[in-house]
Amino acid sequence: MSVRGLLSALRARLRAHGLPESACGTVEIVLAEALNNIAEHAYAGTDRGEIGLHARLGPAELVCTLSDRGAAFPAQVLPEGRLPEIGPGQDTLPEGGFGWFLIRSLTRDIHYAREAGGNRLTLRFDVPDIDETAT
Amino acid sequence: MELLETCHDTVKIVTVPESRIDAAAAIRFKDAMRAATAEGPDHVVLDLSNVAFVDSSGLGAIVAAMKQMGEGRRLDLAGLTPDVAKVFRLTRMDSVFVIHDRADATG
Repeated sequence: MSVRGLLSALRARLRAHGLPESACGTVEIVLAEALNNIAEHAYAGTDRGEIGLHARLGPAELVCTLSDRGAAFPAQVLPEGRLPEIGPGQDTLPEGGFGWFLIRSLTRDIHYAREAGGNRLTLRFDVPDIDETAT
Repeated sequence: MELLETCHDTVKIVTVPESRIDAAAAIRFKDAMRAATAEGPDHVVLDLSNVAFVDSSGLGAIVAAMKQMGEGRRLDLAGLTPDVAKVFRLTRMDSVFVIHDRADATG
């Protein structure tokens, strides 16, 4: 399954559980950045690699865990994710470096662990409390 | 990526017919924009009303599309859908572009 396929499957599941569109969008943006990061860095130089996604929707919280068997983060530390500076001129505008900023802005908490030759990234989101019994 | 182009006197409207400008589409989008903006009016409006999702690669490609147009030319955006607007707002890129509600109302 591609990154696109995984994102669209996750969004369909979240929508089916009654998560509002705006929260679905937030989750998709963060997961897209995290998955692209795994594809571009953890699995750099290979054209395929497995990524596990586990998502748990609880009261007012969504926890997504991504696991892969790729390379570790440099020094096993997550990027700081500072917003790239917007310079005065058109020529100096940033064309990248937004990914970790978006991940950190849109999550409540992120946690990274390197274990048994793989990476595990846990992303926690505040989401509206869904009462599934209400319908 | 196929882009749709319409010219109105001094403005060219370029419409993205696909629903995503993401890591898988960013380079194709940037190349198609180079071709679409190589000639014609200095003022171009990029109609994003069909685009439901832009990630940071797509955002970077839109910025690159503006930069590659060159000095003295202008790229505006129109028709941002909610998730796309959120990415522009959070990264403050909404302050870099003139953003119109609809491409046909850019005047």
